[in-house]
Amino acid sequence: MPQTEVIAQEAIADGVYRMVFRAPVDLKKNGYAPGQFWHIRVTDSFDFTLRRPLSLCQADLDNNTVTVVYRAQGEGTRRIAAKRPGDALDVLGPLGRGFSVHDGDGRVLLVGGGIGVPPLLELAHQLAAHGIRALAILGFQTASQAVLLDDFAPYAEVIVVTDDGTLGERGRVTDFLQPERLQGVVRYYACGPTPMLKAVKDVLAVRGLPGYLSLEERMGCGIGLCAGCVHKIARDGVVRPLKTCREGPVFPAAEVVFA
Amino acid sequence: MNSGEVDLRVSFCGLTLNNPVMPASGCFSYGREMKDFYDLNLLGAVVVKATTLAEREGNPTPRVAETPAGMLNSIGLQNPGVSRVVREELPYLRRVAAVPVIVNVAGTMVEDYVAVVEALNHSADLDAIELNISCPNVKCGGIQFGTDPTMAADMVRTMKCASRYPVIVKLSPNVTSIVDMAQACEKAGADAISLINTLIGMQIDIEKKRPLLGNGIGGLSGPAIKPVALRMVYEVAASVSVPVIGIGGIATGRDAIEFLQAGATAVQVGTANFTDPYVCPRIVDEVRSWCALHEVARVRDLIGAANPRARRVTDG
Repeated sequence: MPQTEVIAQEAIADGVYRMVFRAPVDLKKNGYAPGQFWHIRVTDSFDFTLRRPLSLCQADLDNNTVTVVYRAQGEGTRRIAAKRPGDALDVLGPLGRGFSVHDGDGRVLLVGGGIGVPPLLELAHQLAAHGIRALAILGFQTASQAVLLDDFAPYAEVIVVTDDGTLGERGRVTDFLQPERLQGVVRYYACGPTPMLKAVKDVLAVRGLPGYLSLEERMGCGIGLCAGCVHKIARDGVVRPLKTCREGPVFPAAEVVFA
Repeated sequence: MNSGEVDLRVSFCGLTLNNPVMPASGCFSYGREMKDFYDLNLLGAVVVKATTLAEREGNPTPRVAETPAGMLNSIGLQNPGVSRVVREELPYLRRVAAVPVIVNVAGTMVEDYVAVVEALNHSADLDAIELNISCPNVKCGGIQFGTDPTMAADMVRTMKCASRYPVIVKLSPNVTSIVDMAQACEKAGADAISLINTLIGMQIDIEKKRPLLGNGIGGLSGPAIKPVALRMVYEVAASVSVPVIGIGGIATGRDAIEFLQAGATAVQVGTANFTDPYVCPRIVDEVRSWCALHEVARVRDLIGAANPRARRVTDG
């Protein structure tokens, strides 16, 4: 069984938690990618039938631990947030396909919205390790929702945007994609709510900028059995509903079809 | 008794299974994913995803929603179509697992079902078909055959003529009399009856003021439906002579034993695979341990043990 244990748990914003757990696999040997997710069982009974997919936020290879940052908005994630250091945790992962880092890229753009921001942290870390400069435009509803800003600072130039202007710039992330701001940017990576992904793709596709989107679909099994989490993807001239848990959640932006 | 001494074999439709536990259709895809979790030979059999004549895209998302001790799904029979299943999926499954393979067959019109079965006749990589006349998630077709005993019987007769493989009929619980349905199918020649498919349900997103699932309605499954399934298996096992396969909310060895005692010859495990991918082999282990502890030498002796009217059917 993929039993592991919680190492740390703390609230880092209103309803947002950071949990560290021992990885269920040897991260060095198994490998992992930013944008992949961990599928976490809520309790050891069958009262909650579906696991909760939580994205990789940081990996610590020395200690073989994983950090996830998630919003506890439903009963299941609240139960996960109630777990304390030493509690057992049933974790599958790392699952899915994550972001690809392209050696040789000079400067790239990261766009995160809300709880879509944490998965970009491990990406920013890896980009920096490859000598790739990153501009991160991180959007939140309001100041009390903003997370991980200090964590991004060593790896990326950060622009913070809030809907209500209580922190950083006021507006939406798409208000800050002007060409002069993106000089030298050769690729983008986006994670956030579907309307944000669509808006980002629409703006950047016009400029011919390639990128990746991490899609958010309601997930069932997380391992490709149920076909619950599909999204329409245009690949090899055919549009098909592909499983985001297995083929994604990260897809090349050009392939993603929005209704 | 040592658990190693327990004989877990059960038989139905001329097939002998090493144990009575198999994954339910739609909860196992075609085996490619699960074989990374455990050796598929630990299973009694495999039931693959519903297969239709043409490729199907399924319903709009969201397609899944959690409910108390259960879930709703409205996948809508997404599958690659029978020709790709025969060409790519079934040969692969045969290579990785030496256990009986049951193909769930679905469609819209009777002709679709016949065409799927004829395509499967050309394959040697299956051992039985499970006739899906109980999917709640496709408009016109599927469930309509499963709610009218006369239509169900016609369908079963047609399938029996068309198929060179044994025909298991999977029943919907969304009917007035499950016994009428089961008896109509038996009379029409069904080789076995499996039940239950999902109960039709709904969840509403109160912020958006609309049903949560993209398809509006969906099928309820999981431990929440186990008592309903058990009652229906109990009633059907007491009313037909063909073997009954129990399905509905099974997640533990004890659950499986309840269904066996109600009169099921074997069980299928669905939603619990999503909670715990290792659930099927664990249930096999738990059934074995329970039998050893209770001095049950042959698991087939449990079939109908709690249901005096159940005909004890084994063709082994």
